[in-house]
Formats: sequence, C-alpha cells, structure tokens
Amino acid sequence: MIDTSTTFSIALRAIKANKMRSILTSLGIIIGVAAVIIMLAIGNGAQLTIQSEMKSMGTNLIMIRSGTSTSGGKRMGHGSQPTMKASDGNAIEEKIEGIALAAPVLNDAGQIVYGNANWSTSIIGTDNRYFQIKDWDLAYGRYFSQTDVKNAGKVAILGTTVVKELFGDVDPLGKTIRVKGIPFTVIGVTTERGQSGPGMDQDDMIYIPLSTAQKKVTGISFPDMVNMIMLQAETAEDTYSSQEAIKALLRQRHNLGVNKDNDFVIMNLTQMMEMMETSTQVLTILLGSIASISLLVGGIGIMNIMLVSVTERTREIGIRMAIGAKSWDIRLQFLTEALVLSLIGGLIGVIIGLAGAGLVSVFSSFKAVVSVFYIVLPFSFAGFVGLFFGFYPAYKASLLNPINALRYE
Amino acid sequence: MALIELKDIFKSYPLDGFDLQILKGITLQIEQGEFVAIMGPSGSGKSTLMNILGCLDSPSSGSYILDGKPVEHLTPDELADIRNKKIGFVFQGFNLLSRTTALENVELPMVYSSVPSHVRLEKAQHALKAVGLEERMNHMPNQLSGGQQQRVAIARAIVNNAPIIFADEPTGNLDTKMSVEIMQLFCKLNQEMGRTIILVTHEEDIARYAKRIIKIVDGEIYSDKRNGK
Repeated sequence: MIDTSTTFSIALRAIKANKMRSILTSLGIIIGVAAVIIMLAIGNGAQLTIQSEMKSMGTNLIMIRSGTSTSGGKRMGHGSQPTMKASDGNAIEEKIEGIALAAPVLNDAGQIVYGNANWSTSIIGTDNRYFQIKDWDLAYGRYFSQTDVKNAGKVAILGTTVVKELFGDVDPLGKTIRVKGIPFTVIGVTTERGQSGPGMDQDDMIYIPLSTAQKKVTGISFPDMVNMIMLQAETAEDTYSSQEAIKALLRQRHNLGVNKDNDFVIMNLTQMMEMMETSTQVLTILLGSIASISLLVGGIGIMNIMLVSVTERTREIGIRMAIGAKSWDIRLQFLTEALVLSLIGGLIGVIIGLAGAGLVSVFSSFKAVVSVFYIVLPFSFAGFVGLFFGFYPAYKASLLNPINALRYE
Repeated sequence: MALIELKDIFKSYPLDGFDLQILKGITLQIEQGEFVAIMGPSGSGKSTLMNILGCLDSPSSGSYILDGKPVEHLTPDELADIRNKKIGFVFQGFNLLSRTTALENVELPMVYSSVPSHVRLEKAQHALKAVGLEERMNHMPNQLSGGQQQRVAIARAIVNNAPIIFADEPTGNLDTKMSVEIMQLFCKLNQEMGRTIILVTHEEDIARYAKRIIKIVDGEIYSDKRNGK
C-alpha cells in the first residue's frame, strides 16, 4: 500500500506537468464554486435584510384591526368598519395569557406646519406602550405624561424625517407646530429607525396622545374608537397560542352572535415573518442549486480530462503495475489527482466567490452576506464532485492489464 | 527446492473464435543463483513464457511454484505483491517514468511496499551506486544516455532485494559497447550478489553471458543446455 503523502506528491506532479490543461480543467469547478458562493451570499443577504426589517417593527407582534364593511355591494377592506375600542386592547392585555402589552393606534394623516415649512405625514394617536412594544427610544425629549393623556394634551413626538423636513437644523423641542390647524408642542423626537419595508419610512410619522387624537384631531364615529390594537406576546409561541382566546374575548365584548362573522381581523406578524423567511430560504436554495449545476458541469470536465490522462499514461500505469502497484494503488493515484484538481479549483473558486460577493454588495442594491457554512458547503461539494467524476477514470486505469499497458505506444 | 518450478504450462489466447496455442506444455526448473537465457525466434512464445515467469500473466493450465509458493491461480493484486517483493524487471525500452529523477524511479518499487521515505532514499542511493550512477541520481531519464537509463532500470530491479531479475531484451536498444557494459553488470549481480537472472534475447552473443541457455521454438522447449564457455 502506498502512503498518503507520496500519493499527493505524485498527484501534484502530474497536475504540474500539464499546467495549462489543469487550469482549464479546474475552471469549471472555479466558476461553479464562485457562482454558488455568490448566489448563496445574495440569498442569505436578502434573508438577513428581511429579518432586520421585521425586527425593527417589533418582536412577537399581533395586530388587530377592525373588520370589513360593505357599502352598496362594494366591500371596503380591513378597517373600513370601525369596531375596535381602546378598551378592547386593555381587556386583552389584562385577561389573555401570554399577551404582555396592548397599544391602541388611531391613524390619521394630515398637513403639519412649522413657521413657513409644511409637511404631510402620518399622525398616530397612541400611548407610551406603542414605543415599548416597538422597543423604540427617544433621541431626546420625553414620552407622554399622565397629564397629557388625561387632559388630551396637545403635545407631539416627532419622527426624524418630520424633524428634518420641518425644522432642518433648528432644535424642535418646545416649538409649536400646527397639526391640521391645531397647535401642538413638540416634546420629543424618536431615534432613527429606517424602513420597515420598501417605501415604508418608519421615521415619517408624528405621535400624539390617543385621547387628543380621539377628541381633537380625528373625527371618530363612536367613543374610544381606534383603528388598530397592537399586541406584544411574551414569546413567539404565544403569538399562535393566544389567538383563539383573543378571538373569543373580542366576540364576547362586541356582542357577536353565533352566526355572525368576526368584525375584526387578527394578523400575526411573527407568522408573516416566518413565511417570508421560508420564501427567501427557498430562493436561496433555488439560486444555490442553479449555480451548483455549473459545478456538476465542471465535474464532467474533470472526468473528461482524467480519461484522456489515463489513456496518455497507459505506459506509466503499466510500469507501476509491473513494479508492484496493486489496482487500489492505481485507483487511489488517479482519484487523488481528480480530488486535488477539484480542491485547487474549489479554493480558487472560494477566493473569487468572496471577491464577487463583495463586489455585488458594493455595486448593486443586493446585500450579499457570506457565512462560513456557505463557503464550506460549495467547497466540500467541489471535493465530492471531484471524487465522483474521478472515480470512473481511476477505476478504468486500475483495470488495465500490465502486459498490454507496457506495450502501449 | 528449485526457485522456479514450471510444470506442463499451457497458454492460449482466443483469436477469431479459435484458441491460439502459444505455449504447449513447458516444464522447467530454475535454481537459486542461476543465470539463464531464454532464446527463440519471434513468435516462438518466449515473451509469453517470460510474462508468466514474471507473474505478469497467468497460465491457461499447468502449475507454477515460485519460491515454494504456487502462483498460477493468484489474483492480479496478489501477483502484484509477488512482483513487488520477489521480482525485478529490466525491459528493452527501459520503461522509466519520465519527468521523474533517477533516484525517484529507483524508489518506486518501495513506494508500493510501504517502505518509509528515509529508508527508500537510502536504499535507492545505494542501488544507484551499485550500478555506477552515483553522479547522476537527480537527472531525469531524458538527460541520461540509453546505457545510463538501463542502469537506472537495473538499480530499480535490485533495490527491493528481489531474488529474481527478469531482463527482456535488455540490450535491444543499445549499441555494442553499452550492451557489453550492461551484460557485465548482470554478470556482476549474478556472481557477487547471488541474484537469479533470467534473460530473454534473440542475440547469440548476448545469450553467451548466461550460464544456461533455453531455446524455445513453437511454444515448446527445443533445447536446454549448460553454457560451456
């Protein structure tokens, strides 16, 4: 039996003897490995982007919105039939196990004026639980006080985009802005959050106390009305398990008979996030598998050259056999050569793939994120391809008859 | 007990639906330390006999006992092992590995018998010294003359301490002066180192170096004589 280091040095010598040919043979593997790494990095990057966007919206979120209304045969969409009350949220927070917080949300939109500047933005009537759920700090200033809530105080917390558009470099704290014509005092500014999805700027908003929104800014159709209640469950598991209890409680509070449909809609954002993660995972696998086809093609290239090499070196094989090489020794020699060829290609492919993933991140809107697993995977796949496609030529070499092989011209 | 004992060796190859008989009952004994030349015209079957003796091929029928061990029914891998340990080959076309130094060529048989690399190096250097090539150890075959290449091949044949050396037309590609040198080397190996040498040739003056000449004609032993020099 031949030892490993000798086998590798024989393989390296054979590869070096035909440098150009070896490079061209490895090229298929190089391109394949590089392509797989880049594709997996892009898929991985997309997944991480979605995860961080979803996380910025808050963890373990459940949204409850009013149900649909029908007007002259036209169905108006979620929230069109006002049914939810802020007190529904408080009841859920109090009674349902696994729900930590419930923040009421009353949406509006309108023009905001400061001095000569004006800006159209979303107005959210809520309370401090909203910021707690979103784990959102203030850059400066303060949250709503008890007095603000009780007396429907005309105070506002601004998002950074609004501050930029209205105030520029001026310190907004304590300044008076007009929200739909009503004067408000700025008491705080949120930290910058960025987008929660394409085109959805989380910083382009102002927040006012719910009571103020209900009584002074928005026209509401019944007391204590909100558009949405945002719930935070204690764990991701609770977002699923609490749903039935929430449904039952709301049906009871809204006095819905057995035959009536729900007049609210429960959306589990954890579930949505998991679905999006699954779909990007599928995308990653798809991209990776398409790229690995080129790796397989590279493997066929290796098989092709190894077959040529076995034929060319028939005499060498004959000499080795006459001198005492067993069929396993010959097989090992050619298998090692194919393996070394594919691993060298794999190594160069990894380097090119890393560089390529870097370039993609720099020059395109995709964020390509490389992870160790996504490097090891295509590299070992390249090794496997080398062994798989190297096996037949090596097997063929080992079957040669020494007499015929020695006579081969 | 004889080193080599052939009994009733037949060998045939299938050709166009018929069996072509090459060897037709060869019975032969060769003792340890002999220097035997096998002669015969081309097509006589001497190369086939050589292949069977060298464990490169198996007989169709008959028995072959090499160094006390029957070898006629061994598998190719078992034969490879016997070639590695008991037999050294010297071919007409030298059959050295190209792009491989003389030293590495000589190391080759030991590569396949798991000899550690420092021992390999030492033994290979020793063998090359024995054939007078200590100055050329790191030359590639294409940097050596024909005679020097054949010396490398001989060094390779003796390096594993194989008791038998098979030489198939070892001087066929060499000029007269080099042939004489190579044959003298074989004599030296036979006399001083006690190696059994079996030589296949069709040249009378080459065969004369041997102590025993076996002539093969038409697949049978035609004559088997001591060489009365």
